[in-house]
Amino acid sequence: MLQDEEEGVDTGDGWDEWSHGKALTKPADQLELTEAELKEEITRILTANNPHAPQNIVRYSFKERSYKPTSVVDQMAVHFVLEGSLLHQDSDEARRLRAKEGLPEGTEPDEEKPETPATPVEDGGEVEEAGEEDRPDSVASKTDKKEPKLTNQFNFSERASQTLNNPLRVGRICNNTLFSLQWEIYDVYVEELQKQEKNKEKQKAIPSKKDNEKSKKKMMLMETQGDDFTKVGKASKIFERMVNQNTFDDIAQDFKYFEDASDEFRDQEGTLLPLWKFQYDKAKRLSVTALCWNNKYQDLFAVGMGSYDFSKQGRGMLVFYSLKNSAFPEYIYPTNSGVLCLHIHEQHSHLIAVGFYDGCVAVYNLKEEGLEPVYKSTAKTGKHTDPVWQVRWQNDDMDNNHNFYSVSSDGRVVSWTLVKVSQEIILVLYTDILLASILILVVQRLTFHKQIDYLFLVGTEEGKIHKCSKTYSSQFLETYNAHSMAVDAVKWNPFHPKVFISCSSDWTVKIWDHTINTPMFTFDLNAAVGDVSWSPYSSTVFAAVTTDGTVHVFDLNINKYEAICQQSVVAKKKTKLTHIEFNPIYPIIIVGDDRGYVTSLKLSPNLRKKPKAKKGQELPKGPEVEIAKMEKLLSLLREPEQNAV
Amino acid sequence: MAEVEETLKRIEAHKGVIGTIVVNAEGIPIRTNLDNSTAVQYAGLLRHLTMLARSTVRDIDPQNDLIVLRIRTKKYEIMVAPENGFLLIVIQNPCE
Repeated sequence: MLQDEEEGVDTGDGWDEWSHGKALTKPADQLELTEAELKEEITRILTANNPHAPQNIVRYSFKERSYKPTSVVDQMAVHFVLEGSLLHQDSDEARRLRAKEGLPEGTEPDEEKPETPATPVEDGGEVEEAGEEDRPDSVASKTDKKEPKLTNQFNFSERASQTLNNPLRVGRICNNTLFSLQWEIYDVYVEELQKQEKNKEKQKAIPSKKDNEKSKKKMMLMETQGDDFTKVGKASKIFERMVNQNTFDDIAQDFKYFEDASDEFRDQEGTLLPLWKFQYDKAKRLSVTALCWNNKYQDLFAVGMGSYDFSKQGRGMLVFYSLKNSAFPEYIYPTNSGVLCLHIHEQHSHLIAVGFYDGCVAVYNLKEEGLEPVYKSTAKTGKHTDPVWQVRWQNDDMDNNHNFYSVSSDGRVVSWTLVKVSQEIILVLYTDILLASILILVVQRLTFHKQIDYLFLVGTEEGKIHKCSKTYSSQFLETYNAHSMAVDAVKWNPFHPKVFISCSSDWTVKIWDHTINTPMFTFDLNAAVGDVSWSPYSSTVFAAVTTDGTVHVFDLNINKYEAICQQSVVAKKKTKLTHIEFNPIYPIIIVGDDRGYVTSLKLSPNLRKKPKAKKGQELPKGPEVEIAKMEKLLSLLREPEQNAV
Repeated sequence: MAEVEETLKRIEAHKGVIGTIVVNAEGIPIRTNLDNSTAVQYAGLLRHLTMLARSTVRDIDPQNDLIVLRIRTKKYEIMVAPENGFLLIVIQNPCE
């Protein structure tokens, strides 16, 4: 390199020598080399490398934690830089510059104008032209001055060409039909489930496919019959009840809520508030011969219609009413002969045993369609020869068959059992309990003891009551000379195991202890007593109905000698009351009369009194209390007897 | 069929009942003792209301369902029951 410079200098010097003459001058610091060294040939390589570029640039590498030489070094040598001011004539900047230059040109013609009139007219035209030329330029420049808008060349659209686009809303579009409600989802799931079940069934029942097809065809026919209002059957039933409720709204309110406040002032007496009245058109001539409440549905009761008159025997009816609809019965079963008695099974409240005037017994099933009884006794199967006066269901026997007893004036007490014979259930006469050979009994009434299953009482037309046992079928356990006329009703006390009550057309009601031969209490009611019934809520309360249309309610706990309520409940004085029943849970009684009406009455609070608790003592509850109550009364009666004895 | 017919007749004959309407699945009254225009009006209006009431009841508990909707107004009481797609409407004046 140094040698190059040297030679370069030499040549340079050489030129200088030409201009200044040939004078060899050695600089002071020139290397002195031997001739051999001078003749040495040195190769020169021409490279593009920048001689000034550093060759040993080192950079610190954090990765290796040391200084590392960079391999590549920039070799560019900048010799000369000059910033240029050239503009493309079509570019924006150029246009702008031109516009700017145009302005001073525009002003110049104005300045020239005053000068032009000074110049001769010949020049004026040229100048004007020039001015005009300038003016279009200026005009153009002026229009150019309204600079073209800077727009984004990728994403621009003129405002005038835009349409109104509402911004997209992120959120639900509220449209009722698009709402997926919880129940719609539920319905879809249920459908799916049903489909799956159907598929399963189909897979199982492949051989019976043909039958399915036939039944499907039948189904199709039924459906295409058009608008059928059986589809609103249920609703129409509900509506009938609602309409009745609206009409008899005050009665319904009374039934539920009314409590006679005047009872507080009435000492110990009570009253009966008349509620609904039930009657059926087609049963107008018939008298009510039997009443029974349904244990399961306590607003439902059965009414047996027939006639007590020997000469007026005709057809009869079995009718069911609900308290919810007093205008029309729930079930109607017309019968050939008058119904004399009925009993609803206590556990299976859809089975009703009915006894007829012609001696037949029948069992109706409310769950079955049709107006005929499910089972009926015929002459072959041993029906009675005289009217059946009482039927009573018993507990299922050891084979779990339903059975009931019937009593008739032909002197027989018969037990009937519903026995399953070759897949069918028929009524079978099981045993004749009492043989008439012993005594000519004209048995009218029958009642079974609640706890002691085998013990029952029969009342006769002669006025005697016999205590019998199912096991001893040939003899009576005991006989009570109860009344002078036919015994109309005999009923065990629902609480106290020893007490029963009897009533008769000899105007009396008597209460007995079955271990004692004489009655404990005797009440004279001044008219033939049609029926008597214990109340389900108290062991000392009972009610009796008489043929003069009066209801008598007694509470032995309050008054041992008189009724605490005596009320006439009939519209016409000649109607006789035939039956009475207490509702198992509500404080109402139903009374049937001989004109086919059933009246419901509400018992006022005085009639439903519970014994008052002494201060500080808790009121004991339960049947034991009732039994104790009765026992106390009886003991009071017994003591004087013992004393007397 | 006859039983329902009888029940409806009894309802119509009951004290205070102004009218009954049975509406089919398409909203057309198929049996009524009111004049046609009134029946159609009631059918149309009550249909929507019943659907809304039913939807409300079922939305709270999908296993529940509407049985009867009772609207007590100043002049009378309207009772509506949806069943099987049909609609049974009874208008009664309870205070007569």
